[in-house]
Amino acid sequence: MSLAVDVTHRFGSFLLEARFVSEGRLTAFFGRSGSGKTSLVNIIAGVVRPDRGRIVLDDTPLVDTERGLFVPKYRRRVGYVFQEGRLFPHLTVRQNLLFGRWFTPARERHISLDQVLDLLDIGPLLDRRPGGLSGGEKQRVAIGRALLTSPRLLLMDEPLASLDDSRKEEILPFIERLRDQAQVPIVYVSHSLPEVARLATTVVVLQDGRIVATGSPTDVLGRADVIASDLAAEGGVLIEASVSGHDRAFGLTALLSRAGTFQAPHLDLPIGTPVRVRIRARDVMIATTRPDGLSALNVLSGVVRALDASGDGLIDVGLDCGGVRLAARLTRKSIAMLKLEPGREVYAVIKSVALDRETLGRAPTPVEPTSADASTSRA
Amino acid sequence: MNDLLNLSPDEWTAVRLSIRVATVAMFASLPVGIAVAYLLARTHFPGKSIVNGIVLLPLILPPVVTGYLLLLSFGRRGPIGAFLDQHFGIVFSFRWTGAALACAVMAFPLLVRSIRLSIEAVDRRLEDAAGTLGANPLWVFLFVTLPLILPGIIAGMILCFAKAMGEFGATITFVSNIPGETQTLPSAIYTLTQIPGGESGALRLTLVSIIISMGALLVSEFMARRVDERISA
Repeated sequence: MSLAVDVTHRFGSFLLEARFVSEGRLTAFFGRSGSGKTSLVNIIAGVVRPDRGRIVLDDTPLVDTERGLFVPKYRRRVGYVFQEGRLFPHLTVRQNLLFGRWFTPARERHISLDQVLDLLDIGPLLDRRPGGLSGGEKQRVAIGRALLTSPRLLLMDEPLASLDDSRKEEILPFIERLRDQAQVPIVYVSHSLPEVARLATTVVVLQDGRIVATGSPTDVLGRADVIASDLAAEGGVLIEASVSGHDRAFGLTALLSRAGTFQAPHLDLPIGTPVRVRIRARDVMIATTRPDGLSALNVLSGVVRALDASGDGLIDVGLDCGGVRLAARLTRKSIAMLKLEPGREVYAVIKSVALDRETLGRAPTPVEPTSADASTSRA
Repeated sequence: MNDLLNLSPDEWTAVRLSIRVATVAMFASLPVGIAVAYLLARTHFPGKSIVNGIVLLPLILPPVVTGYLLLLSFGRRGPIGAFLDQHFGIVFSFRWTGAALACAVMAFPLLVRSIRLSIEAVDRRLEDAAGTLGANPLWVFLFVTLPLILPGIIAGMILCFAKAMGEFGATITFVSNIPGETQTLPSAIYTLTQIPGGESGALRLTLVSIIISMGALLVSEFMARRVDERISA
């Protein structure tokens, strides 16, 4: 799939100017609240008509203000999962799920109710009403309802924002499965760095109504300049790795990356599974000699690349570990004590417990072509 | 006591006529009421406040004035009445249909107001959601908006029915007080109070009025509660 957007729209005093092209399976709109993420998604869905611009999904233009083209939302076949679910209170879960399917032409339906119930694990809820569901259940039903329209694109606007951490953990694996199995390209809006790092294949960063960066998560999320200062504590790098072994006795899983092998708390994933590890700069220590008598299990050798002030008197030390970039956040005092400067050979030390569920996720796996894919995908 | 429950045939006629007039007034004005309420709640057009004023006018005007205006426009010689008579054979003046028209006009503001308030309370984001699921505006209205405003519609219908049961001034001015044709409950009670020995009949019909109104109120409460349970549960 490809999604090309070039729009300008004014909401009161807020000006949204967005231009990007994404071919990713999960494109994340990342930015803080008020940066224009939801407005942009509303424009793509057809809920808001932009002042000017073009939107093209695959080869189909959805909006072209120059030609006076505006495809209404009910003809776009774009699924939309809203932040607050927006289930219909007067219908049962089953009726909610099948609402959009009813409007989808029979020959374009390529996902069945059973598949959705299976994917999202919502079979037991069918005869209940939305009023009696928990937040996590509501969001799963909302995702199912959008999927059952067999959309050409699925928009998800902060679907986890209203949930607490354990409910988020309940839904994230479903979204990972959706990304890897459902063959529907996704646009995912979030202001949460951990979510974006875990899910995205392409990241579009918004700031004050403008797009400041577009690219792969490993490229974009490591850039300090695009991570807003209120997220600085989360700053770091994203590394692609794969499960290379399990140590049952100690409950550890080994992850192989180009930078070396990491020991992480046990992950219930088969050997060979690609994963993403987000290593926060604040979780990385630096030693000038290979440390001895240290509890941390992960010690990687590397070279200091650069020193960048990160504000608050802290310095982000950029490292190159076997071609993989790492960042370590240190105080000025540590820099002075260790006499760190570019070109110096050092060791990066990372505690295994820093690699928790918050920072680890399944990496997108290549989509295996299926019959459904062959018959519906034109990309 | 026995006397209070035994209605004379003439009194029964007035009761049946009143129920028929009120029912027809309620159902005939419902579609128009929903359309006008939707227009007022959701759209902006020049002259909207004038339309709103016209809809509410029967609430404020003396009923006799409304009745007289109906007589002028829908009477046999009135412009609308003459047109309907010549082209469709529909006659309102001095017929029970005229009584129903008068009741519908008098109750219209109550019907529209009730439905309009419930439309304004609908979460428009649910309608947007239905739109992204492929429903065009008509389906959105039928499958989302209409079920959500059902409590308001029921309340409006009951108000309309109750108002129609009690309508007196506009009815008697427009279609007079003909037993068996246009003599509704209030007209019959009024007539009975004007003749010697009519007190017991007036009292019987008053009792019937109270029972019907109370019954309508209870039915509306019951239905509104059931709809509410469906929507919020």
